[in-house]
Amino acid sequence: MSFRQNHLLGIEQLAPDEITTLLDLSDEYVALNRAAEKHGDALNGLTQINMFFENSTRTQASFELAGKRLGADVMNMAMQASSIKKGETLIDTAMTLNAMHPDLLVVRHPHSGAVDLLSQKVNCAVLNAGDGRHEHPTQALLDALTIRRTKGRLHRLNIAICGDIAHSRVARSNMLLLHKMENRIRLIGPPTLVPSAFAELGCEVYENMEEGLRDVDVVMMLRLQKERMDGGFIPSEREYYHLYGLDAEKLAHAKEDAIVMHPGPMNRGVEIDGSIADDINRSVIQDQVEMGVAVRMAAMDLLARNLRERRAAASDAA
Amino acid sequence: MLYSGPRNATPERKGLPMTTTLLTNVLLIDPEAGTETEGSLLIGEGVILSLGDAVDATDVDEVFDCRGLCLAPGIVDIGVKVCEPGERHKESFGTAGRAAAAGGVTTIVTRPDTHPAIDSPETLEFVARRGREDAPVRVLPMAALTKGRNGREMTEIGFLLDAGAVAFTDCDHVITDTKVLTRALTYAKARNALVIGHIQEPGLSAGACATSGKFAALRGLPAVSPMAERMGIDRDVSLIEMTGVRYHFDQVTTARALPALERARKNGLAVTAGVSIHHLTLNEYDVADYRTFFKVKPPLRSEDDRQAVVAAVASGLIDIISSMHTPQDEESKRLPFEEAASGAVALETLLPAAMRLVHAGDLDLPTLFRALSLNPSKLLGLDTGRLAVGAPADLVLFDPHAPFVLDRFAMLSKSKNTPFDSARMQGRVRATWVGGQQVHGKPL
Repeated sequence: MSFRQNHLLGIEQLAPDEITTLLDLSDEYVALNRAAEKHGDALNGLTQINMFFENSTRTQASFELAGKRLGADVMNMAMQASSIKKGETLIDTAMTLNAMHPDLLVVRHPHSGAVDLLSQKVNCAVLNAGDGRHEHPTQALLDALTIRRTKGRLHRLNIAICGDIAHSRVARSNMLLLHKMENRIRLIGPPTLVPSAFAELGCEVYENMEEGLRDVDVVMMLRLQKERMDGGFIPSEREYYHLYGLDAEKLAHAKEDAIVMHPGPMNRGVEIDGSIADDINRSVIQDQVEMGVAVRMAAMDLLARNLRERRAAASDAA
Repeated sequence: MLYSGPRNATPERKGLPMTTTLLTNVLLIDPEAGTETEGSLLIGEGVILSLGDAVDATDVDEVFDCRGLCLAPGIVDIGVKVCEPGERHKESFGTAGRAAAAGGVTTIVTRPDTHPAIDSPETLEFVARRGREDAPVRVLPMAALTKGRNGREMTEIGFLLDAGAVAFTDCDHVITDTKVLTRALTYAKARNALVIGHIQEPGLSAGACATSGKFAALRGLPAVSPMAERMGIDRDVSLIEMTGVRYHFDQVTTARALPALERARKNGLAVTAGVSIHHLTLNEYDVADYRTFFKVKPPLRSEDDRQAVVAAVASGLIDIISSMHTPQDEESKRLPFEEAASGAVALETLLPAAMRLVHAGDLDLPTLFRALSLNPSKLLGLDTGRLAVGAPADLVLFDPHAPFVLDRFAMLSKSKNTPFDSARMQGRVRATWVGGQQVHGKPL
């Protein structure tokens, strides 16, 4: 098995063979999840704590279900309402939790780099469930699994990522992963949401959506994150929809068999037309949700194996 | 442009040594003449009694052979934050003063961004007194330009000058109301006061903790274009032209700002510019995995910017190198990068870090000490910063080649937030004198 990580902090740290290992195992868990008896035992006896310093329904539910299906004891902590508001620092919170001997810590935080920082202070496996604008590795992995299963491969594809790239950790993780697997990436959006620095990261940047979508295999739409807007990135929602909303007309520029993806939750009529989102021939949005659970099971399984190995080695040494 | 106020560059010191000390076979770094020559220097009565060929070695109390070492005028560091009053747990005059002495800094020019801000003669006198009592080096306080550094009303510039303020600055608070700023500059001009400004377009840089570019994009950090610094300098140059005030830009850190500075100089404006040691020796990539000890203000720049700014120091376009010493405790740094406090301690690492530029061939030693000692002294109208007969014996003796690995916990600063922890450095201070009195180093 080639997966050498102690934590899953980002795609940046993963090598292509580790990504493949993780996706292969995810395929097995997709099969398990579709079976009548959905229980595995990979995480039996382990404790998983979900710490979400930022609102999340879907990701948190997905991690919770993934842990429970593999037999972990799962606890959810809604950190927005907790002691962090009383002035406790992130490190203090981490130390407190660490004293409860968790094995898997799933963390989402509004600031880039916060999950890295936390992972340095605890002795369990940490999974990044999204940190600021930095990374959201399990989302990129579930997107990769979805692409691999529908397209039959995860290399030499033309993939367009459209919308609010600047504020999106999903876009960053996807860029890193898809580059590692040798795909061509186009970024499409207004220049206020796609800073020119992204061109230096090896992507082709398009302001015109029709041009950008020409002959692509995969169209990834991003949520227009209204809560991240300091104000004034785009003139109005309707102008945005006119120029960058994905409708049948724009999608016609992509390849005939191009698939449409969205990390959810969708703003129908802002970044994506409802009929495209629901088109079962084009949209794989529901598949993404399904793959999410399987990918998170695989990630926690692999991290738990490494954790058990480390602990066994430590007790042998002692 | 010498200011002859009540502040005293050579304060009365108890127990002024009456002995004479001769340093021989030392490499004398003279920033005024731009030379480095091997020779001798005689210290006595608090001043440099003689140097070079003129030294008379008879009737000397102590003689020390300093072969292999360099002797330069002590560093005058403009923009040191000593956290008194308000945050003495981060730094006091005692610890800052000892750290300065260990770093070859013989004069610290303190920032007014304390709690409360130094914006009245009473608080300024407190700072001056604490400095005299506890610091083994000279302490010259700066005062805020506006009350509470709020950018609304000017401070009592006249009274503050009388109380010993050497310059006026709101530090990293940019005064956005140009009417308020214009009046303050006009008034300062009438009192011949020096104003120090932080050049930044505050709207554009709001919320930013990195410089825009590939690195910030990859790390997902809110970033500011280097153009914000250019906009800051352009605005301030207009106001300097309008008011005629003596003005110093605290930190010019980007290539884009340099032509604006050059034009202002050519147009005959009384402007000078500084840069922090961190912007000369580090770049944005040093932040790596969100290392908060590398979070400074303005944020670290690209390597192209760093090289341009180093070249500007070499050419003399940028006049002054300072430490921008900013102590922060562990708590305020052990946070996610965006939330962590800005600033780094640097009194002790200023010279070893600057020696990187010398060892890299970017600067020679006289040019370095022109920026560290001579120019800041000239800017403040001090008689220090020179190797000249009769000048105060504020001196630093250092080994330019001695290698070491920095251990932040071995530093004398109360706060240990240095970006150079575990860094390999070359150049160690062996001894420091202030007014002829040795304040650091083993007895020779």
